[in-house]
Amino acid sequence: MDLDLRPGRHYILAGPNGAGKSTLLDILAGLRRPASGEVTLDGRILPEYDPPELARRLALAPQEYNLNFAFTVREIAAMGRRPYLGRWGVLGEDDRRAVDDALACLHLGDLAAKPVTALSGGERRRVVVARALAQATPVLLLDEPVAGLDIAQALAVMSLAKRLAEAGRLVLTVSHDLTLAAAYGHELIFLKRGEIVAAGPVATVFTDRVLEEVYETPAAVRFDEFSGSLSATFRPQAF
Amino acid sequence: MPPRDDPVSHPNRLSPWLVGLVGAAFLAVLAAVSLGSGAVAFPLGEILDILQAVALGDGDTLPANRVMILWDVRLPRIITAAVAGAALGVSGAVFQGLLLNPLADPYTLGVSSGSTLGAGLVIVMSLFRPDLPWLAGPYALTGGAFVAACLTLAAVIALARDADNHLSPTSLILAGVVLSAILSAALSFLKYLAGDQVGSIIFWLLGSFQARTWTDAAAVLVFFLPAFAVALWSAVDLNIMSMGVRSARTLGVDTRRVRFLLLAAASLAAAAAVSVAGVIGFVGLIVPHLAQLLTGPDHRSLIPLSAIGGAMLLSAADALVRVVLPGEIPVGVLTALLAGPAFLLIFRRKMRGTLHD
Repeated sequence: MDLDLRPGRHYILAGPNGAGKSTLLDILAGLRRPASGEVTLDGRILPEYDPPELARRLALAPQEYNLNFAFTVREIAAMGRRPYLGRWGVLGEDDRRAVDDALACLHLGDLAAKPVTALSGGERRRVVVARALAQATPVLLLDEPVAGLDIAQALAVMSLAKRLAEAGRLVLTVSHDLTLAAAYGHELIFLKRGEIVAAGPVATVFTDRVLEEVYETPAAVRFDEFSGSLSATFRPQAF
Repeated sequence: MPPRDDPVSHPNRLSPWLVGLVGAAFLAVLAAVSLGSGAVAFPLGEILDILQAVALGDGDTLPANRVMILWDVRLPRIITAAVAGAALGVSGAVFQGLLLNPLADPYTLGVSSGSTLGAGLVIVMSLFRPDLPWLAGPYALTGGAFVAACLTLAAVIALARDADNHLSPTSLILAGVVLSAILSAALSFLKYLAGDQVGSIIFWLLGSFQARTWTDAAAVLVFFLPAFAVALWSAVDLNIMSMGVRSARTLGVDTRRVRFLLLAAASLAAAAAVSVAGVIGFVGLIVPHLAQLLTGPDHRSLIPLSAIGGAMLLSAADALVRVVLPGEIPVGVLTALLAGPAFLLIFRRKMRGTLHD
């Protein structure tokens, strides 16, 4: 597998369940060593970074988190400042601003003082994205940030991811939603059984042939006038 | 204690400083009242005179028997109970955060069954070898319990780690529970061996601060202080880790190191408390929950408040069994009888609070 990811682009990682998306994400985030090969960031391999140094360059918004502790939305977003702070985690002026900005980006300002346990599933998901955003890193990895969100929230999160990329970051989003992927990704990476089946700009990769190969289901891709982007439909198969 | 970052402070939370100060004041009053009460009563003035005289090294000028009762009997017992309570409270808070499990307590990793088995072994050996009088002494019991607790902890960590030396919360809990069950079976066998003398094992199991000395107080303190320091030092990381380990690493937390340090420090503190006092349940479970209910889940306040709360609960329970209640009911029985229902109340309240989920 050979991937070259560049700043300024929004990459979407997609593929069937069990294709290895989470494993690849873990490897890219430095959480797991690849069986062979290396991941380099700014010319240095990941194990060379010490943990806080890496955390100032790369943030991951996980898909799930433990909800046994009723931290407030703001407290969780503030955890994103950990790589910049001392032992006692006292926020400075800049940190506070970064947290406020991250909350505002995800429309969480009004919920800032609410405990995360009192939020809806969609709101909880936005909270970890806000935490990753507060980390203010040039690389942002989002693990299925829109799974379980209603369509309006999903559109808002994906368009935020695209805007962040266009502002100069490298954003990589794992998503099962191909319509959103085609609309808000710059480039798509399709994985299947641990291999990259296709990778490249949406216009070249988002085709009938590639989708059929990846999902083993007949697919039709057409330009959708209403949304202004490519969209795919699939023919149901006998199960 | 955490600085108030929150411009809109959380409506259901109290200030940790306020709760801490009230708790510390209550603890001080409790200690003073407890010191003065008992079979022999001391007015506050005399307590202060005796403490001052002993501290200055001229305790000989005062009646020797009164100095002895206060300084050599009551004070070490009260301090041992307070420090053991603090150790169990902090240890419970650390374990609940580290194992991502609100039901975790200082005993989840088998520290209590390990130490009980150790104590049981020493008691049974002293029955079979009356020619070795040191086995019947207090240090053999405390030492045996502590060593067995440490061995159990080492075994649990060795069993739970995976090929990468990672310790996942689930495998730690599983290894702890399974090993505890095995050790309990071994303890049952020891009780059988002890025959008529089974009472001394059971009495130890129920927990007590009767006849504790300055050595006991020091033994717990020596393990409590580093555990407290490590827990405070790691409080911010523990906040992050309590949300999940995978993402904690991407926030720059060296999870492997933090977890090992905290596990070791918290378990040693709990082991020291259990070795000196016997198995005292519920303190490590309920105190962190209560603290969290009052001031929120931030470990920067949760850790010190769990220390104060644990000290308060166990001091109060020990004062009750020593001064108020007839006979000497084992303090572990009282904490379970008082804290168990309290825990159920908190639990019910929490369940109602999350009904809309």
